[in-house]
Amino acid sequence: MKMNMCECGQQNPYGTHLCIQCGRPLTDEEKEKKVADMRYEGSAVRSKTYNASWIDKVWNFFSSVKVGVALIVITLVAAAIGTFLPQAFFIPATEENAGAYYENVYGTFGKIYYALGLTDLYTTWWFQVIVGLLGVSIIVASLDRGIPLHKSLTNQRVKRHTSFLKRQRLFAQGSNDVDLQQAANTLKQMKYNVRTEDGAVFAEKNRFARYGAYVNHVGLIIFLAGVMLRVIPGMYVDDSMWAREGQITAVPGMDGYFLENKEFILELHDEQEQTAAMAEQGVNTVAKNFQTNVVLYKQPEGALPGNTSNLEVVQEYAIRVNHPLKEAGYAFYQMDYRLNDELKTMTFALTNKETQQSLGEVTIDLYNPETSYVIDEQTRIDIIGYYPHFTGFEEGEPQTGSRFPTNPAFLFKMFTPQTPEGETSFVGIQQTVEPLGDNAYQMRFVSTEFTDISGLTIRLDRTIPILFVGAIIFLIGVAMGSYWQHRRIWLLVQDDTLYVAAHTNKNWFSMQKDMKRLEEAVQLPHVVDQLDEEPQQQKGDDAQ
Amino acid sequence: MTLLQLSGYLLFSAFIGYLVATLLFGGAIKQSAQKGPRTKWETYAVAITVVSFILNVGYFVTRWIHVKHAPVSNMFEFTAAFGMFIVGAFLVIYFMYRLPALGVVALPLAILVIGYAAMFDRDVSPLVPSLQSNWLTIHVICAAMGEAIFAIGAVAGLIYLLKNVDTNKRTKQSIALEGIMYTLIVVVGFVVATITFSSMQYESNFNYIDKEGKEASITYTMPAIWGMNEYEQLDDTFTPLVETPPVINAKKLTTVTWAFLFGTVLYVLIRLLARRSITNMCKPLFQRVNSQLLDEISYRAVVIGFPIFVLGALLFAMIWAQQAWGRYWGWDPKEVWALITALFYAAFLHLRLSKGWEGKKSAWLAVIGFVIIMFNLVAVNLIIAGLHSYAA
Repeated sequence: MKMNMCECGQQNPYGTHLCIQCGRPLTDEEKEKKVADMRYEGSAVRSKTYNASWIDKVWNFFSSVKVGVALIVITLVAAAIGTFLPQAFFIPATEENAGAYYENVYGTFGKIYYALGLTDLYTTWWFQVIVGLLGVSIIVASLDRGIPLHKSLTNQRVKRHTSFLKRQRLFAQGSNDVDLQQAANTLKQMKYNVRTEDGAVFAEKNRFARYGAYVNHVGLIIFLAGVMLRVIPGMYVDDSMWAREGQITAVPGMDGYFLENKEFILELHDEQEQTAAMAEQGVNTVAKNFQTNVVLYKQPEGALPGNTSNLEVVQEYAIRVNHPLKEAGYAFYQMDYRLNDELKTMTFALTNKETQQSLGEVTIDLYNPETSYVIDEQTRIDIIGYYPHFTGFEEGEPQTGSRFPTNPAFLFKMFTPQTPEGETSFVGIQQTVEPLGDNAYQMRFVSTEFTDISGLTIRLDRTIPILFVGAIIFLIGVAMGSYWQHRRIWLLVQDDTLYVAAHTNKNWFSMQKDMKRLEEAVQLPHVVDQLDEEPQQQKGDDAQ
Repeated sequence: MTLLQLSGYLLFSAFIGYLVATLLFGGAIKQSAQKGPRTKWETYAVAITVVSFILNVGYFVTRWIHVKHAPVSNMFEFTAAFGMFIVGAFLVIYFMYRLPALGVVALPLAILVIGYAAMFDRDVSPLVPSLQSNWLTIHVICAAMGEAIFAIGAVAGLIYLLKNVDTNKRTKQSIALEGIMYTLIVVVGFVVATITFSSMQYESNFNYIDKEGKEASITYTMPAIWGMNEYEQLDDTFTPLVETPPVINAKKLTTVTWAFLFGTVLYVLIRLLARRSITNMCKPLFQRVNSQLLDEISYRAVVIGFPIFVLGALLFAMIWAQQAWGRYWGWDPKEVWALITALFYAAFLHLRLSKGWEGKKSAWLAVIGFVIIMFNLVAVNLIIAGLHSYAA
């Protein structure tokens, strides 16, 4: 590596602005400045030194703060554009109808917005690329600045060259009638770390604050990496289910688990009137509680898939909003409900068509119909066919769409003392077919019972601990850099002159308060802020 | 007297206290030309601010006890709390730097925010299940505190600009600065318009067809300038001038229009009487304040506020969202705007630390940050969130 030799004899890496040892300015640019550029301690920052190969150019691009800020601003603007209209996942329309929905509701603007893909902005490749580039920029910029800064901060010498001290923002010089030992003691009382060498004092405080930016960047990278881990199979499960009251349902995405919905409860606030404040917020329900009382079961080891016999109870729980059921990393969230939504039972009366006399009623559980309902010794009804979701006849055969009783139909065989051979009847909602000729009896519809269903979301997110660690590290870093300042004070006696210089990475008025305290304890010349263009007089008033 | 009434009186007393303290701070900065210890004006101003702040906290606590949850659950409660936190943040920064000039802007800002809050329905609204969580308290209060500290950053930035922008020349900066002052007066216009029409008990009823094509009805509390889609007027009141397409909430647009009308009239009156721009009227107040000190306070406030804001508005929000909905992030507009605010301040900090943006540039960024926060509070709640509400 090319080196740069300082007058003091120290070899500095090429590109260094201020000598690591003594602090003398090494570049012409630096020499011309009234106040030294202390941002990275004048160390050799790679991106500011090399720009020859394409690697340098890529490196310099990503380490540039300008590029970083530009990426932040682009992300910010894109995110804002995504809020102009509701994103596609919020609208009450299916994916195929989304385009029509945006055009109908929002007119031409909606049409263009949809056509540009802005309705799914946050999942577009370009948005994710921008966030990815931001991540790269964070890593490169941190390495580029952080490493040389760390080297400089850990190599600080007590004695600096006067040219370094004179070019500090807070500086004063005066005659040497100061007891340096006393100054060092005062600084120790002020919680500075003090090092002395003959004729020189170096006091430093909160150096760790300088690392805040790098720590928070590490946190951000961990967070972003955690978000990306979602794509690994098994890290993230997102499923939903409708749990029907009284039913045991296999849990989607969670093999071997079954959930029984014991009861769904909806409670309303006593006072049911909607206030204007609620209207303003778009709250139209005055729901107080959504709750599903459930039992979670697990199949015993080695059971066949779907076999619900011998289920073991895992836990009973009342799932409420904000209180999900948690098991084995999975969580069940109360998300939706339908009251009296689905048929649960149907009751029929076995009736003589002529006399309208009933021989008895049977109630059929639409989820678990029995094969035979016995009324008395000679009277019974057999179910020879059950079609929970009857969709019509195909070649004379009744068809069913699903196993859920949305449009139940039955093929009954009715046995009565009068018809011991049995009569066959196909009964659906508002439909009766007697395929084998006129019957004497019919299954007359009496009533139905409905059931509540509860919409639950099942999620597993194994990335959360990583995200949490990332977020905590980020916040610790931000706090380190925000609430503490790296303050340094140099005192040097040379040729019977006392030099006083002070530096802080931010909050110069507070630094001046420290200097004032020091000046009161030991007679020091008053430091002047070399960048303050306004007369000193006023500051005394305001900054005390 | 019920607890709710008591809390109302406490808020009103605090409001009056802030008004008095503003005037005293105004006196204090006129006096501060003299050297030496704090003037009597300043001492009284600070004392009254502290007492009023305690009354304000009294409002918050009594309302909390009455409604049995942290009073930050609707527009009135949140905005009023935000006003209170602005005063709290001002006191913290004041005791760090002892700069009375801050009070001359920070307190009127808090007054404006509380006044704005009071224009919303003050009824106690029961909490829907998703809001029944301790995270409501933790997340909202922490985020509001962060925003309030940012607000003080903007206050110091605004004073910096009032002092340092040449307001006699027509430059982009001087026009933008006057624009900020005009916007503040529009908020006053909103308050005056609301009070005027509600004291007249103005009401106007309409049926209309909403954007889903369903029939709906709406009651305006201000004369309807804009009519809802296919409206049918039900009483003999002011007839809307223009009918709007279904996607626009003409009632809210009418309120905004009245705010601008009242605000503009007010602005023109002030300018006619004073024969000067508002910025020029304010400028002499701050001539003696040290610019570098303002710059540091503005930056310091942003730096103090940033971790608090990120913690409250992003991390706590994510934890709550994970608990309530099973996903820590859902690209809800309110979430997105919290992220935008954080990104904006992140850009601010990078520009300041690495690009050396200080002085005017930094002051403008601090002011723009507050504009984003207010946009988040006013527009996202009233316009964008109308399409997708948190509480639904």
